[in-house]
Amino acid sequence: MGENILTYINAFIVGGIICAIGQILIDKTKLTTARILVIFVTAGAILGSLGIYQKLVDIGGAGATVPLTGFGYNLVKGTFKDVESTGLLGAFTGGVKAAATGITAAIFFGYLTSVAFRPKAKR
Amino acid sequence: MANKKIGKQTVKLQNPPSVIATASIVGPKEGEGPLRLYFDEIIEDENFGEKSWEKAESKLMRETFSKVLKKANKTTDDLDYIVAGDLLNQCLAANFGLRESGVPFLGVYGACSTMAESMSIGSLLIDGEFAKNVVCLTSSHFCSAEKQFRFPLELGTQRPPTAQWTVTGSGGVVLSNEGSGPYITHITTGKIVDMGIKDVNNMGAAMAPAAMDTIVTHFKDTGFTPESYDLIVTGDLGAIGKEICDELIQEKGYNISNIYNDCGLMIFDRERQDAHAGGSGCGCSATVFAGFIYKKLMEGVLNNVLFVATGALLSTTSSQQGESIPSVAHAVSISNTLS
Amino acid sequence: MQKTLTKKEYQKYVDEKSPNSKLLRNMIRAFIVGGLICIVGQFITNLLKMRGLGQDETAGITSLLMILFGALLTGLNVYDDIGRFAGAGSIVPITGFANSIVSPAMEFKSEGYIMGVGAKMFVIAGPVLVYGISTSVIAGIIHFMLI
Repeated sequence: MGENILTYINAFIVGGIICAIGQILIDKTKLTTARILVIFVTAGAILGSLGIYQKLVDIGGAGATVPLTGFGYNLVKGTFKDVESTGLLGAFTGGVKAAATGITAAIFFGYLTSVAFRPKAKR
Repeated sequence: MANKKIGKQTVKLQNPPSVIATASIVGPKEGEGPLRLYFDEIIEDENFGEKSWEKAESKLMRETFSKVLKKANKTTDDLDYIVAGDLLNQCLAANFGLRESGVPFLGVYGACSTMAESMSIGSLLIDGEFAKNVVCLTSSHFCSAEKQFRFPLELGTQRPPTAQWTVTGSGGVVLSNEGSGPYITHITTGKIVDMGIKDVNNMGAAMAPAAMDTIVTHFKDTGFTPESYDLIVTGDLGAIGKEICDELIQEKGYNISNIYNDCGLMIFDRERQDAHAGGSGCGCSATVFAGFIYKKLMEGVLNNVLFVATGALLSTTSSQQGESIPSVAHAVSISNTLS
Repeated sequence: MQKTLTKKEYQKYVDEKSPNSKLLRNMIRAFIVGGLICIVGQFITNLLKMRGLGQDETAGITSLLMILFGALLTGLNVYDDIGRFAGAGSIVPITGFANSIVSPAMEFKSEGYIMGVGAKMFVIAGPVLVYGISTSVIAGIIHFMLI
């Protein structure tokens, strides 16, 4: 049980720090959402390929995998796995394979919800 | 040629047209603001019974048009021209909202300066005896503007404190060669000014130099001073833009602080309403003029007003290409008396 | 006559006049909300692991559920309110990725289901996939050459 609580605390801290870094980028550089997300997924992929992000995942668990950097890390992890087992072709198969659930869920649920709901005016 | 042009950019009208009626319809948020009692109609929700934001804005324009005609006791047969425009691509709201009007139509784009631009053109048409009655009209809609210029409504983003809030609303006026005022006496047409501001979330700062340029030019061309007016009002500079404009004008040797206000600050209560630096959009200056300022002129509380609508002439393409924001401001001088 | 500001001087003047975002306040909010979203992810992960699911399955189902939550909260007109408060705290987590797909799709539904919903859902997600996948391919090729 004690170990369980620790995973939550670690997830909170690591995830929180990653988001706070995003906030600095937004406030200091006036970047838009699209740019922030692209930067984070790319940064995750690069840190993942350097083996750095794995350490963050080991510590933070979901705190490192839930932010979009984790998506980039996941792409690279899958790519490396396939490259190691099937060679160069793996560079083109591994990434999307590993991220398949996320991509498919995002498209499918995204489609369903946008068909079902309407945007509401802000005041 | 009658010498109507005075100075560099100003026309002194020889047959000053009267503003014989105005009408304004605003959205729910504007209807909770400090000027709520002055608007003709406050719609209950932003959809306005339509299926898209663009259709809702077109309807705003259409309803304002029929309202202002009714208030002026005119029919479309009495009208010589409609001069109208809005913010949406190809002036969608004006073109579709007024397509059934059956009146000769001049579509104009001056971004948020459209109200003063259309009133300028309308006044020139009447002064030149090309027209007897002209309707000048514009609109903006928070949701359609967000969709076109910024982000989808449901995207979870933060607005920086310098950002402004597009007014949902439409305002229109009927200008006529007959009438007993208030009269449009002078028109100062602004030139495009670009001081290199690129931040689309700080339009007030981008537009302030254009407003300053037009106001100062107006003083120089006409020989008027700040004392000639009891209100000088810019369109939608917001809190930051207004302060900058005020200071820039002071540097040029004129002090307008006491009589200076901005429609973007008048329409929302920034303490109570989430509007950041203030209101913006064509509908901002249009509804504040048609609703509040016109009524104060009629009551005689105000007698001489310089109405300076300000427009940021950017497009989504230009800002994505890293361009700065060119701006323009048009001034219309309105007076209860003819000198 | 009075001096005329250059563009550079004007930009400096505007920067002085314009209030900055409250960075510290925003960072704290982003930290807390982002952290809380990750705790939800951790909760799902722990639950699945307790049921004996493997590493890959757990990760897959967790991101699937997080995306579902993000999409639903967007549809229910809640996610933008969270975003207004939390900033990056709700943009950076994968729920924000779902929000970036659903919000333009909803907004452009008025332009139809193919070019409206179908095309616009990728205005933000598209670049994310382009850069994410391309980076992973390049990394994979380099990895291949190194091993």
